[in-house]
This record gives sequence, structure tokens and C-alpha cells, in this order.
Amino acid sequence: MRKLFSFLLVASFLLLSCSPGESERTDLLLVSTTSTQDSGLLDVLLPAFTEQTGYHVQLVAVGSGQALKLGEQGNADVILLHSPDAEKVFVANGFGIDRRLVMHNDFVIVGPASDPAGIRGENPVEALRRISTARLTFVSRGDDSGTHVKELALWKNAGLDPTIEDWYLETGQGQGATLSIASEKSGYALTDLGTFLAYQSNVDLEILVEGDPFLLNVYHVITVNPEKFPGMNFEGAKAFTDFITSDEGQKIIAGFGMDQFGEPFFFPDADKTDLELGL
Amino acid sequence: MTEIFNITLLSIQVSAVATVISLLIGLPFGTWLALGKFRGRSFMLSIINTGMALPPVVVGLVVAMMLWRSGPLGGLRLIYTPIAIIIAQTVIAAPVVTGLTAAALEALDPRLQQQLLGLGASRRQMVWYLWREARLPLLAALMAGFGSVISEVGASMMVGGNIRGQTRVLTTAIVLETSKGEFGQALALSTLLLVLTYLINLALTWIQQRGARRS
Repeated sequence: MRKLFSFLLVASFLLLSCSPGESERTDLLLVSTTSTQDSGLLDVLLPAFTEQTGYHVQLVAVGSGQALKLGEQGNADVILLHSPDAEKVFVANGFGIDRRLVMHNDFVIVGPASDPAGIRGENPVEALRRISTARLTFVSRGDDSGTHVKELALWKNAGLDPTIEDWYLETGQGQGATLSIASEKSGYALTDLGTFLAYQSNVDLEILVEGDPFLLNVYHVITVNPEKFPGMNFEGAKAFTDFITSDEGQKIIAGFGMDQFGEPFFFPDADKTDLELGL
Repeated sequence: MTEIFNITLLSIQVSAVATVISLLIGLPFGTWLALGKFRGRSFMLSIINTGMALPPVVVGLVVAMMLWRSGPLGGLRLIYTPIAIIIAQTVIAAPVVTGLTAAALEALDPRLQQQLLGLGASRRQMVWYLWREARLPLLAALMAGFGSVISEVGASMMVGGNIRGQTRVLTTAIVLETSKGEFGQALALSTLLLVLTYLINLALTWIQQRGARRS
């Protein structure tokens, strides 16, 4: 018993000493939203980045709410997310610097093909009104993510507060799980287009509302402020920001989804300004 | 506040029902494994012992695939309901109760069986007496079963869906608050879960020890 104990003790010390030293900073902590991971974009983008720069990316995919909280605590080097208003507050409070426009895609409202509320082709606000009037199941992320924030803004625009209704389900989970639940419950949901295209074959849902300017889903990259967190990998964060907004990075973004789905998941925007996208 | 109360209540209800069902399955089954003499007994014990380490996410995935509308039991429309969580948690807890029941009875002196039968006890009376004799480790089996389900999150998330007001339990609520970056709230719920588990185990331990003194 004592032998086993000392073996375990030695083994754990050995494991601890294997952790990367301070001198070599090739690891980069990227916090991103679940939508970029669920769509599969980062599986293509990150290997290309590693090959070009040598940085190994540790990816933490969480909701936008948690992404910013992790950034505020210095548990991130660089953040990629889609919650513009919250991002501005984050930068204004001095937690982030060098916020750059990366890309956008679209939010869409999906639902069962039979579309019992009759929202197909309507504008998003009218669509939500009809779902509410018909009291049909609407499945919400309910997790403070960028998509959830957008959804709540849409309800507010429609002058409705569905959060107390029994047909309004909050999953508190990522986009993929939320789509599965919407599919099982034959409900409606707001989703980013990328994740929906990636999940389309697994769920019984169709795109019913799309293409409205209000449904734009814009991604920015933000470097965590090195003055606040001196331990962070500023060089790596800058390399990532430069890469994702470079011609090569933008080309990867533009091409992603083309070969498999015949349409792009994301549209590169590094050469545009927030104003041009109407933010 | 009422929401937290309801989440807590659902956690207890779901896990308690799953534990009771596991007991109803595991106690007879474990007894049969411990006392029976048949071919393949050690093989079955090894399967059960592996089952004690079943990863909740794997259970969640399999149960979810069964209950999805596209799955074989889809017609029951149980997915994303508390019953679905109970089913998954029973699958998790039943091997724990079974395995520990078998271990508890095997730890008894094998001559005890012979003696009881020799004294003219029926098989049913003998099993009853053995259960009484092993009641302390059997209660431990119950506690381990309950502990394994009240604390699991993977299966509850997958088959329950963490739907607010319907299938959100303490562990999935903790995951959600963490994912929102509400670490304080998450920590508060974690503390609540720990205190709750402690109180329930305290009660069971109290019963167990009272039983120990009496004998």
C-alpha cells in the first residue's frame, strides 16, 4: 500500500513537471463561441494557423457570455465571438484591445416543414408574433450566448415577452443541442446559418425566415488587454488576429462549406468596417 | 428563488425514484449473483462491475437514441422529460447497487447459508436473514447508487435537455450558469448540491449506524 502510494506521488510529480515552461510560448488560448466550433470552421482554420505560425491553439468553445467573462479574468489570450454590443462594453472597460471585424453569416429562423404558424417568408418580427399568437413551441438557447441575445432583441422588437410562456423552452445548451431539441419537439428556433447547415441532415427542420438585415451575425476577434494580464500570450494573440484577418485566413473562411454544402457558411469581412455592416 | 427550489426538488425526485428502481432491480439481481451457482457467474459479475463504471454520457447517448422520435421507443414521446432522466439514471445506478449487493453478500461467511438451511429455514427466509446480516454494506450500496445519479450531469443533459422549468436539474443548471459566465451562481448551486447530498447521506448513515448498534 505504501509502495503504491509513493508510486502515485512520484507519478503525479512527473506529470506536473511535464507542463509547459514559461520560456516557450507556443501555446495560445483561444476562447470562441460554440457556433464557430459546431459549424466546423475552426477545424479548418486552426491547423492552417498552426502550420503558418507554429502556435498551438488551445480552443475553449463556450457561449459568448462565458467567453467574455473568461476574458475579464484573464483566462484567454484571444477571443472570437459574435455579440457586438457586449464586445464594445468589454473593450470600453479595458479588458480587450485591437477588436477587428472578421466575418459574418446569417441568423435564420428554422422550424418544422409543415410550418403550423405560417411564418415562411415573413420578416423575423412578424414571424415571432405569429408563433406567439399560435402558441407554438419555440426553443431558445437561454444561455446568454450571442444567438440568445439576438433572439431576445427580436422578441423585444416584436413587443413580446415570451419567457414566461409555457410554449417557450429554454435549453441552456449550445446551438447543436438546441436544434436537436427543437426538432424533437417540432418547434421553432433561431440559429446561426453555419451551425444549421452542419446539423441539417440530423434534424427535421427547415429554414423558414432568412435574409433580413436584422438577422446579421457578425464576428469580431479581440485580443485580451496585455496591460491588465501581463501573463497572457500577446505575441500569439496578435499572430492569430493577423492571420484570421489576412488574405489567406479570409480565403479559408470564404471557402469553408463550399465543397461540402455548395454554399459558404461565413462571409469574410476583414476589409469592411462595422458601419458598412450596419452595426 | 422559487426556480432554484423547483430545480432542487426535481433533482431529488428524479434521483430518488431512479435509486429506488435500481434497488428493486439490484437487490434481487445482486443476491442471485452472489448466492447462485451457475455457469458464467463470474463473467456476469465482471460485466456488472464494468457497469458500475458506466460513463453517464454514454448512457445518455444510448438512452437518447432509443427515445428520439427516430428511435425504437420514439413513439412513447419520453425524450426531454423527467421520465427520460429517470430511465437513464436507473441504467447508471442499477449496476452500482447490483455489484455492491453481490459484494456485500459474498463477504458473509459462506457457512452461514449452510447453517441456516440446516436449521430448517426456507430459501426465502435465508435470503431475508442474509440481507439483515449484510444491512450495513447494503445501505452503503444504496448510498453509492444515489450518489452516482444525483451528481451526474452527462445523461441528464442529453436525455433531459436542461429545459428550464421542465427538466433542469441542479447539475445541468450548474453547467448552464458556468457557460453563462455566472461563476458565483454556479458555485452557489454547487454548494447547494453538496449540502443536499451530505444531508441525505447523513440521514442514511444515521439509519445505518443505528442498525449497527442494535445488532
